[in-house]
Amino acid sequence: MTDYRLLITTTISNMNPDNQSPLLAVNNLKTYFQLDEGVVKAVDGVSFDVHPGQVVGIVGESGCGKSVTIKSILRIVPPPGKVVEGEIRYWPQKQATYEASGFDGSVDLAKLDPRGKEMRSMRGSEIALIPQEPMASFSPVHTIGNQLIEAIRLHQKVSKKEAAEMAIERMHEVGVPSPEQRMNAYSWEMSGGLRQRAMIAMALSCNPSLLIADEPTTAIDVTTQAQVLSLLKRLQESHNMAIIFITHDLGVIAQMADYVVVMYLGRVMETGPADEIFHSPQHPYTKALLESIPTVHSASRTFLPTIAGSIPHPFNRPPGCPYFPRCVDYMPGVCDQLTPIIQPVNPKQAASCFLFSDAAEDVEPATVKSKR
Amino acid sequence: MKDEQVTGVSALQLPPASAPTRIVAPIANAIDDPSVLMEVRSLKKYFPIKEGFVKKVVGYVRAVDDVSFFIREGETLGLVGESGCGKTTTARCILRAHNPTSGKILFRTKAGEVVDVAQFSDGEMRPLRAEMQMVFQDPYASLNPRMTLLDLVGEPLLVVGGMKNHQERQARVAELLQLVGLRQEYMQRYPHAFSGGQRQRIVIARALALNPRFIVADEPVSALDVSVQAQVLNLLLKLQNELNLTYLFVAHDLSVVKHICDRVVVMYVGKIVETAPTHNLFFTPKHPYTAALMSAVPVANPRIRARMTPLEGDVPSPANPPSGCYFHPRCPYAVDKCSTDLPLLEELEPGHFVACHRASELQLVGIGDAKTIEIPGLEVDR
Repeated sequence: MTDYRLLITTTISNMNPDNQSPLLAVNNLKTYFQLDEGVVKAVDGVSFDVHPGQVVGIVGESGCGKSVTIKSILRIVPPPGKVVEGEIRYWPQKQATYEASGFDGSVDLAKLDPRGKEMRSMRGSEIALIPQEPMASFSPVHTIGNQLIEAIRLHQKVSKKEAAEMAIERMHEVGVPSPEQRMNAYSWEMSGGLRQRAMIAMALSCNPSLLIADEPTTAIDVTTQAQVLSLLKRLQESHNMAIIFITHDLGVIAQMADYVVVMYLGRVMETGPADEIFHSPQHPYTKALLESIPTVHSASRTFLPTIAGSIPHPFNRPPGCPYFPRCVDYMPGVCDQLTPIIQPVNPKQAASCFLFSDAAEDVEPATVKSKR
Repeated sequence: MKDEQVTGVSALQLPPASAPTRIVAPIANAIDDPSVLMEVRSLKKYFPIKEGFVKKVVGYVRAVDDVSFFIREGETLGLVGESGCGKTTTARCILRAHNPTSGKILFRTKAGEVVDVAQFSDGEMRPLRAEMQMVFQDPYASLNPRMTLLDLVGEPLLVVGGMKNHQERQARVAELLQLVGLRQEYMQRYPHAFSGGQRQRIVIARALALNPRFIVADEPVSALDVSVQAQVLNLLLKLQNELNLTYLFVAHDLSVVKHICDRVVVMYVGKIVETAPTHNLFFTPKHPYTAALMSAVPVANPRIRARMTPLEGDVPSPANPPSGCYFHPRCPYAVDKCSTDLPLLEELEPGHFVACHRASELQLVGIGDAKTIEIPGLEVDR
């Protein structure tokens, strides 16, 4: 453990005005997939904090490791993926769910057995997930009601009847019309928006402290998306839940997140409060990404500034900074040799770029190229 | 319209003077105007719903229900709407990938004569295929993984163009690859070796092989990564400038539509609710549904929040649409008349058509109100 990591944690904790302990602290998380063709470093040294009641947006393009990051937190990374390094400290909010937490009241989820009792009591009860495709996540042969009741009874000692009442209450809360009848409906009988609402009801059924929403609106239409987003916002405020919101849509991030983590090829490029990320982005990638998206307010029929090239194939990761082949500020001899570490740029933002700091990761012998 | 300045419009946009202002009913006989490349008139596509052992027809899905619009040469017409509104079906009918139930699709050919594509047999369509081409949504599904780029891009040259000579074909493919920004050495490679953005370039090269004049682009960037979308949009604009192409751009992403289109058609449950030049549609929408769509777009600016006033309810099924105006159950401005009478498209301003009973009395806000809040950082998105 080197001192700069402590530095990061301090910077990010500074974001929290109350200075209370975070809810979740991901520190240098590495999740690798050992494949026959080679190792895919899906998540390669990711660190960020989530505070109680905070909405953290993770934004990135396909293959940036945002989904694998949250799967690592929930310990549901599909094999052959493995959390190989780092810690995922979580501060349980329910006394009943976890007693054996460490000296500061936290649990390192990375150390738990993914199939063990402790991890199972976390999922759903402490940390809940809203998956991307509600159609694929509900069982088509069980009614929505049965699935909700099952989730409730897994974590709470209540009778079936009580659980059904709680389920109806939740369905009502998320705005499902006539929830009593919908309890007996199957997922395929509902529209996309309703299905996503039912999924949210299920995720909320045990009052989690942390909700992870993995692209919850990519599969649905704009008007339904607006409904789901404002519902999530409302629920977040009324339950004072923390949300990790994952999306590739910068518009959605801007509308939802308090704090933004920008990822590229398994690494965090920049972190900061949403306002700073959108109005004074520091990292060249964040800048280029914001410039390249057409918005309804940008000029029509003009050529957009683009990011040259495309995202490298996971087996073909560039050495050094993963973004250097596409970067406008590429410094030969530096960016392609060394891997930058995320460092504070100003009191609010942190970026991993040699433009701001010389701090580099300890070079692994394999990647050293006769440097000097 | 007054002093509204259309920002950043290329030379391609035709002056509003040529807009058919004389027309009262939607766009009757727009094809008479020589600048109009295509007119779609009362296009209908009903899909039968069959049930039971004898496959008795019990109803119809009215995917496209009496749709009329026109496209001028060299312009980009956007077709927007939510899933199931019939935008893709309309596009596919125009290319005769679906056979329309009724209606006319009038197309001005290279030779200058106007033909009704809807009446053509498959054989008669063939020579026309060279003039109208399609770019598909998913570049991972629309390229045969067993064919090299030479085969893929050269296929239309061989099948429709009759270019039998291998060398000739190779030269043309090289030229096309260069045009879309790919290296000609890639010709012998297979699609799996390319990224999503590059694949979409291949699809575009294939569509351009026969020198078409009209290209239907069905969600061409929605399957691509954000950082690559801009490249493909720029390519489409560049090609349009160079080759004087006409695009029918089908999309659900309003920011992309705003960026690339000259005029926009908004569809809802198989019907057109509003058609207008892009700037007018986005800043002064006249139909409540368009205004709702605008407000639902998440703005990439954290300082503009709480603007979203989501619509209640869901999109009705085109098999069983509501009475009267299809939008009235969700419309915050609906009156009694809306539930009984189906509104027709009316021209409120030159070139701005709306199908709403209350269009002239409503004051709707488009995306423009964001500017009035005065956000200094808005210039971030250049």
